[in-house]
Amino acid sequence: MRHLFGYIGEKGYRSRSAALDFFREISGLYYLTRATLYCTFIEPLRGKPNKWGPVWIQMEEVGVKSTGIVFLISFLIGVILAFNSAYQMSRMGALDYVGALVGVTVLKELGPLMTALVIAGRVGASFTAEMGTMKVSDEILALETMALNPVKFLITPRFLALLIMLPCLTLMADFMGILGGYVVGVTTLGIDSAPYIQHSLEKMKVIDVVTGLIKSGVFAVIIVMVGSYLAFIIEGGAEKVGENTRSSVVISMVLIIIANLLFTALFYFIT
Amino acid sequence: MIEVKNLYKSFGEGDKKIVVLENFHARFERGKTTSIIGGSGSGKSTILKLLIGAYKADAGEILIDGEDVTQLDNERMNEVRKKFGVMFQSGALFNSLTVEENVALPLREHTQLNDSTIRIIVKMKLEMVGLRGAEHLKPAQLSGGMIKRIALARAIALDPKIVFYDEPSAGLDPISIGVIDELIMSLSRKMAITSIVVTHELPSAMRISDKIIMLFKGKIIANGSPEELKNSDDPRVIQFIKGDPDGPIPFSKSQVDYGEELKQMNI
Repeated sequence: MRHLFGYIGEKGYRSRSAALDFFREISGLYYLTRATLYCTFIEPLRGKPNKWGPVWIQMEEVGVKSTGIVFLISFLIGVILAFNSAYQMSRMGALDYVGALVGVTVLKELGPLMTALVIAGRVGASFTAEMGTMKVSDEILALETMALNPVKFLITPRFLALLIMLPCLTLMADFMGILGGYVVGVTTLGIDSAPYIQHSLEKMKVIDVVTGLIKSGVFAVIIVMVGSYLAFIIEGGAEKVGENTRSSVVISMVLIIIANLLFTALFYFIT
Repeated sequence: MIEVKNLYKSFGEGDKKIVVLENFHARFERGKTTSIIGGSGSGKSTILKLLIGAYKADAGEILIDGEDVTQLDNERMNEVRKKFGVMFQSGALFNSLTVEENVALPLREHTQLNDSTIRIIVKMKLEMVGLRGAEHLKPAQLSGGMIKRIALARAIALDPKIVFYDEPSAGLDPISIGVIDELIMSLSRKMAITSIVVTHELPSAMRISDKIIMLFKGKIIANGSPEELKNSDDPRVIQFIKGDPDGPIPFSKSQVDYGEELKQMNI
């Protein structure tokens, strides 16, 4: 009996400290996000303008160099969607509507979501690994002792770059996904080009594109903040850099999916 | 000038609390070189981090030019930080930037100088550390001694009044140590820089210092000129100077008695 209570007590103590850790991380993430928003948007109004040089470099790093993988994945997603929906649609005799289905799904959900997931893996990981290594080798401490704010110096350019580039990439992914569906629909599934396009255009609305872009903006904030926070809390050595890089990708992906769920529910109820 | 009074610092909470610095007093005179020496774990790196504001002290005062920096908020502390330069043990150069960009960084961020002026200043600083011509190399292409010299050039880029050196000669060959020592001495002579050197290399501390503070377990056990330290009769100081494995400074870091710990192991 004593063993049992001891066991429960220990479990309780452990889960309590795990919960405390969890809330400590959440509040840390919140404070870093607040500091980043302050440095990025408020400080320039108070006479400390952002430097755009590093932002351009990061935009190339996170945006331009990601186009290949985003194009490929969204094109293939379009192809897969077209194949899968064609089977169901043809049984209902509505094969012409494959285009509409692919278009709406890609614009509303898969375009923003897949782009964000790919970027979380490609860019979020590199943020954590790069800044984490800087933390370990005292470079962030060096910035502080040079009276330079590491948030402003390291996070702000990445934040701005991704906030601009992720919606751009999402737009391209939307286009490539629709193109993928169209190519398969017209060449393999035997749908005529004109009705495919006509039905697609009927169903796709500008508001879907806009909500997708809003979502991708939120995803960008998640990727940058999780990636940077997990880099800034690294203490120790290479092992911790690897561990936090992995966590950064996993946590951003989970948060992206949760945010996507919240948005979908929100749009479901207000529209 | 820097004056430190009654500085305390501990890490951890409750049972795991470890006091790393106790009742630390020191005066670092203008234009003089003061070394803080001690074995590993003696608290000397903690002092450096307290002085540059990376750690917050539990109690005590750090007066830099008469201003108590332990009470300053981040913004005011940044103003103080512009007065000093820090040379880190690892150099802490930014790996993504070239040598020139590294040295130019504090100038670009904190001054209104135009680009050509900055490049001239960078060249002057690199000449002072004897590495003019290395402008376009990346830190990964440099040797350990060169990295430290570039780090020194960056630390003095803004012509600071105070320079902190964290283990300037650790892991270097004797000639590089001699070069770094010579640089530290000539800088404090030529530019009246207050130098604070944290090191465990006794010969180089003896050579460059006007005053040496020796720490053991977070407490000052000796404080004086190199000559005074050599003539000290404190057995701990003598052991450190001779490098004896046996003496009052134990080799083992463990807190618990060895026999007791073996008996209590549950196997």
